[in-house]
Amino acid sequence: MSEPLFDPSLKKKKKKAVAFTEDPLGADADPTTPAPDSIEDLTADGKRVDLGPSTAHEQMMSKDKEEDEFKSMFGDVKKKKKKKDIPMDLDAADSGTSTPTTAAPAGGEDLDFSDLKKKKKGSKKKAAFDLEAFEKELHESKGEDDDEVDTSHLDNLDEGELGDDPFATADGGSGDAPGSGEQAWLSSDRDYTHQELLTRFYSLLHAANPSLLSTSSGKRYTIAPPSIHREGNKRSVFANVTEICKKMHRQPEHVIQFLFSEMGTTGSVDGAGRLVIKGRFQQKQVENVLRRYIVEYVTCKTCKSPDTLLTKENRIFFMSCESCGSRRSVNAIKSGFQAQVGKRSKNKTG
Amino acid sequence: MSVQNLNTFDPFADEGDPLGDNENVGSQADYIHIRIQQRNGRKTLTTLQGLPKQYDSKKLLKAFKKEFACNGTLVDDEKLGKVIQLQGDQRLKISTFLTDEGIDRATIKVHGF
Repeated sequence: MSEPLFDPSLKKKKKKAVAFTEDPLGADADPTTPAPDSIEDLTADGKRVDLGPSTAHEQMMSKDKEEDEFKSMFGDVKKKKKKKDIPMDLDAADSGTSTPTTAAPAGGEDLDFSDLKKKKKGSKKKAAFDLEAFEKELHESKGEDDDEVDTSHLDNLDEGELGDDPFATADGGSGDAPGSGEQAWLSSDRDYTHQELLTRFYSLLHAANPSLLSTSSGKRYTIAPPSIHREGNKRSVFANVTEICKKMHRQPEHVIQFLFSEMGTTGSVDGAGRLVIKGRFQQKQVENVLRRYIVEYVTCKTCKSPDTLLTKENRIFFMSCESCGSRRSVNAIKSGFQAQVGKRSKNKTG
Repeated sequence: MSVQNLNTFDPFADEGDPLGDNENVGSQADYIHIRIQQRNGRKTLTTLQGLPKQYDSKKLLKAFKKEFACNGTLVDDEKLGKVIQLQGDQRLKISTFLTDEGIDRATIKVHGF
């Protein structure tokens, strides 16, 4: 997923994080599997792939995602991250219940781990909450499974006598019977269904190369956190502003202009390329502003890719996406009302 | 015999310019901006700019002051119109207050760190 994320580990080993490539599974899965459009979508978004088989769950997931994005537009970005993790886990568990894959539960754990690494603080609470929420979702999803799996269930009955009861697997929790789902058609001489083949393909794929499971973390858009020091009593120094601008492919002037107008201050760039901001600011605050910059001026609104270019034509900025080719104009940076702060005698106009 | 395709006929003739009647198409003038400004020490100032005309900013200011227990003033800016200034960081309170009073959340923009 392409949400802007400040990875603290990036500071130390920047090169490693940058070197991650495109999701290899999305490319691989294309020729082998016939037409799982929805699965491709998932991989393009950097989501986990093994959620593939059940389409209804994908729909649920995309709905979740949309909601989250909607929230993120207005709400706090921090809040979004916390919320986003939970439904993803739930969905992972869901897919495990409806279509038993060996990979699904492992993937869920994997995701959790990468998350724990980033936020050590809330890990315990979150884990407990996850379990609780998972159970709740399980009960809810049972009802949905009833209507969704029904058709495939009937199909199975038509094609051969198969004891693959969707309800039983739903009760059994996440993927405790991966063997029975596959061996059932291996042993009998009935035709296999598309679902089964797909499940088999993904389980084999993930068994062969488990590194694919953790691609979602590699796809994340990460930027080194801004390093803010206090200079004197009233000024803050943003040291790695040029680095961050380079990472975002934006002109430092543009970023600085945005920072100043959002934070309602002024400042200057010193000889070493550091930004000196008037006023006391903490790293977290600058991070929040940068996040907003990324949402507004870096990520493509169509495909959420951060791989965009900003060009100026006739005094209007246009953002063109490198990965999907979309082009849109972005708002000019406007600084609003500036209240009189400090002594009036220093201000010539006042 | 007449070939219909060759007729010069503008299907949108009676439609007019769809964007002609409202002048602020694509402008961001209709946003309510809530900003924050740092003062000395840990003191801050919150400004509310771009309030729609139908709201009485004087009464709103009075309500703000009572509700948030802070002082505030109404500043007349020549370019930006009337701006409400409040002491302290009241950004979240203002935005929840305005949304509770029925102003669309999408029109409110909260700035600052």
